[in-house]
Amino acid sequence: MIKFLLMVNKQGQTRLSKYYEQVDIEKRPSLEADVVKRCLSRKKEECSFVEYKDFKLVYRQYAALFIVVGISDTENELSIYELVHNFVEVLDTYFSRVSELDIMFNLDKVHIIIDEMIQNGHIVETNKNRILAPLLALDKMAEAH
Amino acid sequence: MSDVVEKTLSALPSLLSLDSQAGAGKLSPSSKLGNLIKGITELTSKHEEEKLIKKELAAIKEQVASPNTSMRQMKEIMVRAIYCEMLGYQASFSYIHAIKLAQQGSVLEKRVGYLAVSLFLNETDEFLLLLVNTVLKDLQSTNLIDVCMALTVVSQVFPRDMIPAILPVVEEKLTHPKEIIRRKAVLALYKFYLIAPNQVQHIHSKFRKALCDKDPGVMAASLHIYLQLIKESPESYKDLTVSMVTILGQVVGGKLPMDFNYHSIPAPWLQIQLLRILAYLGKEDQGTSELMYDVLEDSLRRAEMNHNMTYAILFECVKTIFTVHPKAQLLEKAAECIGNFVLSPKINLKYLGLKALTYVVQQDANLALPHQMTIIECLDHSDIIIKRETLELLFRITNAQNVTVIVEKMLEFLRMTSDDYSTIDLVGKTMNSVFSLGGDVMQPDIPNNFLRLLADGVDSVEDRRMRLFAVDSYVSLLQGETAQLPQRFLQVISWVLGEYSHLREEQDSGTIMRLLARLLDQRNTSTETRSWVLGAMTKLCSNPVSVALARDVCERYSGSLNTVLRQRAQELMILSQDTELRARVLPAEGRLEHLEVDSSLSFLDGYVSEALAAGAAPYKSPHQRQEDLAQEKALTLEPYGLSLPVSLSSCSVTDRLTDGLSPTLLSMSSGLSGNGTELSHGGGSTTLKLDGVKRVWGKEGYLAQQQSVEDAPTPPVQLPSPLLSPQRPPSQTQTPEPDQEKQQLASSLFVGLGSHNSVCLMGRAEPAPQHFRRKPRGGSSGASERSSDSSHSSRSAAVDNLLLSNLLDSTTVASEGGATTTTPQQTSQRTLDHTTSNGSPHVEGKEEGVAAGGSLSLIRGMVAVVLPTHTETDPQSDLHPAPHPAPALERPGDLPLTSHLPAELSGLARSELTPLCSDQDPSLALSACRVYKEDALVVLVFIVNNTNSTLHQMALQLTCKELEISCISGSPLKEVKGHSVSVCLHTVVMKRASVQVELAGLLSYQRPLGQPQAAQFSLSLSLKHFIRPLTVSTGEYGKMWLSFSHDLKQNLRLVTTEHQEPLTATLDALKSKLHLHIVDIIGSEGIVACRLLQGEGHGQPCLLHCRVHANTLAVWLRSPVPELPDSLLYHCQKALTET
Repeated sequence: MIKFLLMVNKQGQTRLSKYYEQVDIEKRPSLEADVVKRCLSRKKEECSFVEYKDFKLVYRQYAALFIVVGISDTENELSIYELVHNFVEVLDTYFSRVSELDIMFNLDKVHIIIDEMIQNGHIVETNKNRILAPLLALDKMAEAH
Repeated sequence: MSDVVEKTLSALPSLLSLDSQAGAGKLSPSSKLGNLIKGITELTSKHEEEKLIKKELAAIKEQVASPNTSMRQMKEIMVRAIYCEMLGYQASFSYIHAIKLAQQGSVLEKRVGYLAVSLFLNETDEFLLLLVNTVLKDLQSTNLIDVCMALTVVSQVFPRDMIPAILPVVEEKLTHPKEIIRRKAVLALYKFYLIAPNQVQHIHSKFRKALCDKDPGVMAASLHIYLQLIKESPESYKDLTVSMVTILGQVVGGKLPMDFNYHSIPAPWLQIQLLRILAYLGKEDQGTSELMYDVLEDSLRRAEMNHNMTYAILFECVKTIFTVHPKAQLLEKAAECIGNFVLSPKINLKYLGLKALTYVVQQDANLALPHQMTIIECLDHSDIIIKRETLELLFRITNAQNVTVIVEKMLEFLRMTSDDYSTIDLVGKTMNSVFSLGGDVMQPDIPNNFLRLLADGVDSVEDRRMRLFAVDSYVSLLQGETAQLPQRFLQVISWVLGEYSHLREEQDSGTIMRLLARLLDQRNTSTETRSWVLGAMTKLCSNPVSVALARDVCERYSGSLNTVLRQRAQELMILSQDTELRARVLPAEGRLEHLEVDSSLSFLDGYVSEALAAGAAPYKSPHQRQEDLAQEKALTLEPYGLSLPVSLSSCSVTDRLTDGLSPTLLSMSSGLSGNGTELSHGGGSTTLKLDGVKRVWGKEGYLAQQQSVEDAPTPPVQLPSPLLSPQRPPSQTQTPEPDQEKQQLASSLFVGLGSHNSVCLMGRAEPAPQHFRRKPRGGSSGASERSSDSSHSSRSAAVDNLLLSNLLDSTTVASEGGATTTTPQQTSQRTLDHTTSNGSPHVEGKEEGVAAGGSLSLIRGMVAVVLPTHTETDPQSDLHPAPHPAPALERPGDLPLTSHLPAELSGLARSELTPLCSDQDPSLALSACRVYKEDALVVLVFIVNNTNSTLHQMALQLTCKELEISCISGSPLKEVKGHSVSVCLHTVVMKRASVQVELAGLLSYQRPLGQPQAAQFSLSLSLKHFIRPLTVSTGEYGKMWLSFSHDLKQNLRLVTTEHQEPLTATLDALKSKLHLHIVDIIGSEGIVACRLLQGEGHGQPCLLHCRVHANTLAVWLRSPVPELPDSLLYHCQKALTET
C-alpha cells in the first residue's frame, strides 16, 4: 500500500505532498525533512529503495526534483518505481514538457491527476488517456465558461 | 521520455523569473498565488518560511471573509491554503470555504473545492457532514463531470454514517453507460467496503458483475475489492480462480487495448494485482493452484523484455509461485529467475533479488546456496540498504551451525549504524531467534558482545528503544514456554531484565521477579543460569512484593550445595533487606558508568595487614603454591588445569558485585568458576567451535603455558581457522587473502544448509563428519599461502632444481621418454605438495599420505641411484644404460602400432605413442599409449619384437604406489613371436590425487638361447590424464559445492582471444586441456566441474568456481578429497600458461 507521495526539490523543499494515511499536519514537515534527507544522501549507484521506520521509500530523481513514495513492506518496490515514471510521463503529456514551475503553478491539477491514479493508497488507473480524461474535460468546460 | 523530462526540469532555475512558460498558464506572477509561489521559491530559512506563511494565512483569512470574493478568487485562495497546509501550517478557517466552493463553484472551481476538502479533512471531521448534500446533488446531476467529481471525493473521504444516504445512487451508477462512471462507482463502493464492510454486504453480486464488465478499467477497479475480500477469506472465493486465471491470461496475451500498455507491456500493474490475488487463492490449496500453473508459467515466459516493469511483474510472479502449492518445474524456473535478479548489475534488481530470496528461503533454504558468493559480496556492499536486506536474508537461514557467524555480522552492522529504527528491529528479532536457536552452541563471547552492545553507548533514544525492545520481547518470551530456551539465552534474558526492566514503566518489578522465580524453579535450568537469575533479582528487588518473593527464593537457595548459588542467595537476602546498602551497591541509574577496577585491591590493605598481624600466612601466588606443594610432595586435590580459574572465582563479595555490573566480567568469572563440567560439556558437543575459541584465547597466554608444558613434539599445527575473523591469531594472517576470508565466510554461513540433503552424484558419498570437515582447511590454506609466498617457494624451487638436476641426469641414464619430460617446476610443486601434507597432520588417513609422499621421493632416489648399481651388480643383464636418449625408435616397417589397438578402445580418445625404452638391444622396442576411457585410464604397452626369434617368458610388471593398476590383457602374455607386436593393456586409476606420478615398468623376457633379461622403463602420468568431465546441473553443483570441505583459491591468468570473452576463452582452454565440464557461465562467473578417476566407481568430484576479477581469473576449487584441488589447480595453472 502507498502511504504517501512527495515531490521535493534538491534543496529539500516540498513541492507537493499527498498522504494516504492520516499524519498530523504539524508532523508532516519533520517527516518530510527526514525522508528527503535519507533520499538525498543516497548516491546515484545505490538502490532506489530505502527502508525507513516500518515502511519503505521508493524514490526517483528527475533533474532537481525528487519523487518519493512511501510504501508498506508488502508493496512491490519496482512497480512503484515505474508508477512514478508513469506519473511523470502523464505530467509530461499534460504540460507538454513538465517543469518544476508547472507543478508549482498548477498544484491543483497535479493533485487531480494523482487522484485519478492513486486512491486510498492503491493504484487505480495507469492508462494515460484515462488518467487525463477528466482533467481535460474540466479544462474544456472552464474554457467554454 | 524521461530524458526529455530531466532536461526540462534542469532548466528550471532560469525559468523561475520568467512567465513565458506554457504551463504557468493564465496565472501571472503578479497574482496572489504567483506571489506566494515566488515567495516560497525564494525562501532560505525556516524562519522566513514561517513569516511568509503567517502573512499569507492572514491575507487568506481576510479575503475569505470578504463577501465580494468571487468563486474564481476562492479557487485561487484554496490553492494558496493548500500550499500553507503543505508546508505544515494549519489553515482550518478555510475548510468551510472549501466545502462552500464545492457546493457553489462551477466545474474547475468545484473540483478544486472537492480537492481541498479531500486534502484538508479526514473521515472523522464533522465538516464532512456539510458535504453530503452537495455530493448527493452532484451524483444526481446530468453533467457527467459533476458525477465524476462527486464519485471521486466519495471514494477518497466520506463520513461513514452517511453512507446509506448516497449508497443507492452510487449503486445505480454501476450500470451507467459510461465506463468512467461505472469504474468510479466501483471504487466508491470499495471505499465503503473499507470503512463499513457491513453496509455493502448486499451488493456482492454486483461486484461480480463489475468483474465481468466489458471494460477492462471497470474490471480492474473491481479487483481492488476482490483482493481485499479474498485476502480476508480465500475459501469463499475459490470459484473465482478460473476467472482470474482467464483474465490474467488475456492481459498477458495482449488482449487489452493498446493504451493500457506501459512501454509496450500490457497493463503491468493489473498483472501484478492479479498475481497477488492468485497467490491468496492458491495458498495451501493444491487443487486451486493447479488451475493457475499454466498462466503463471506463461507470465514468467512472456516477461522476457528487459525493462524494470517486466522485472516488477517477474518478482510478483516468483512470489506467487512460491506462495501457492509448489510445482517443481515452476519452482525451478522461478528460482532461475531469482538468480537473474541477484546476479544483475542493476542495483535495484539486486535488491529485489535479495528480497525474493529472503522470501523463498523460508520454503527452501537451499535456494540460497547457488548465490552464496553474491550474498557474501552483498554483505560487504557499500550500499547499506543492500547490506541490511542481506542480513534479513541471513536471518532467515539462521541455523544452529551458522548462527555464530551471522550474529557476528549483525553485531558488526549494528556497530556501524547506531541509530536506525530498522536496525533495532532487525537485530532485536534476530538476536532472539538466534539465541533460541543456537544459544547453547554459540561461543560465550557472542552473548557477551550483545550485552555490551546493549550496555554501551550514549544513553540516546535509540539505545533506550533498543533496550526496551529487548525487555519487552524477553518478558513476553518468559511468559510463554521457557523450557526449550537455551541456557545462554536465559542468562542474557536475566541480565537484560535485571538491568533494564526499569525502562518499562507499566511493568512493576514484581511481575518480572515472578517470571524470574519461575525460571529458578524449572528443573532444567542450569546452576549457572540460576546464578544469573539471582543476580538479576538482586537488582530488581525494590518494592515490597519483590522483597517478599526474594526472601522466599533466598530461603530455598541459601542452603544450596553450590557455593556460587549460595553466595548469590546470600547477597540477595542481605541487599533485599537493606535498601540503603542496595542503593549504594547497585545504583539504579549509574550502570552506564565505566567502573574502575582497583586491580591492586588496595582497599583491602588494612584488612590484610590486620590479618598478618594476627598471624595469618602471607599470600602466595598459585604457582608458588603449586611449587610448594610439589616440593612437599603433598597430594593435590584439585586438577592442575583448574588452578588459575579457582583463584579467580574466589574473589571477594565486593568484587563480584562490581563484576555483576559488567556483563563481560561476570560471564567470565561465571564461565570459569560456575560450572566446569558444563563448560567442558559444551566443548564436547561442538568440538569445532569451542575448540577454536580455546586456541584463540590461548594465544593470549593461558594456552601458551600449556603448550610449553606439553613440549609439543608434533609439527606446528595449523589452527582450525576460528569462525570469527577478528579473533584470528596474528600468526595465521601472514598473507591474508580477502577472498579466502570470503570463502571461509561463505562456508561458515551456509554450512547448515546443504548438509542434510547433500546429493552426491558420484554414487560414493563420503560422509564428512562435522568435526572433520574443518581440519584440512588449515592444510589447504597453508598450501595456498605457501605458494603465494614467492620468496619461499622460489627458494625451495631452487633447492629442488639442484636435487632435480642430479635426479634427471641419472634418470635419463636409466630410462627415456616420459620421465625426461619432468620439469623442475613440476618437481618443486610436488615437493610443495609434500610439505603441505606434512603441514596438516590432522587430516585423517594422514599417515598414509606422508608415507606415500615419502616413498615417492624414495622411489625417485631409487631410480636415480639404484638403477645403475643394479645393472652393475647384475653383470648378466643385457641392459646397459644409454648415455643419451635414443633419438628414434625403429619400428616394424609394415604396420603402424596403432593398428594393434583392441577394437573396444579404438573409438576412444588416446594419446600419441610414447617410445618407452630402447636399449642396446635393438631387437626389442617398447612404446606406450594412453586411452581415455570414461571410467579409467588404459595404458597400453606395445612390445615390438624386431628379431626372427620368439621371445619367451614374457612378463610385464607395472608398479606405482599412487596408482591402482590392473591388467586387462585378454591372454596373459607369454611369448612374442618374431617380427610381431604384442600389446599389454592395463587400466589405471589414481589412489590419491597427485600432480604427476611415475609408473615404473619391468619387462622380463628370454631369448631362445639367452639368459633371462629385463627391460626397465618408466612412464610418467599426470593428473590430467585421470580427469574426466562431470556433467551436473547448476542446482546440483550448488548442493555439491556446499557439501565439499576441501577448498583452495587462487588467481590465474586470463586467456584473451579476439573473438571470445576472456572468461569463456579461459574456460574453453581449460576444458580442452583438462577435460572439464563447464556447467554454467553467468556474467563474470563460471562454474566448472570435473571428476578424478579414483578407486572404483566413478571417482571423486572437484568443482571450480571461476570469477573474472581485475584481469585475473579467481578460481576457487572444492572437493571432498583433500589433495585434489591442489593438484588440479596446478594443472589449470599450467594449462593456462601454455595457452
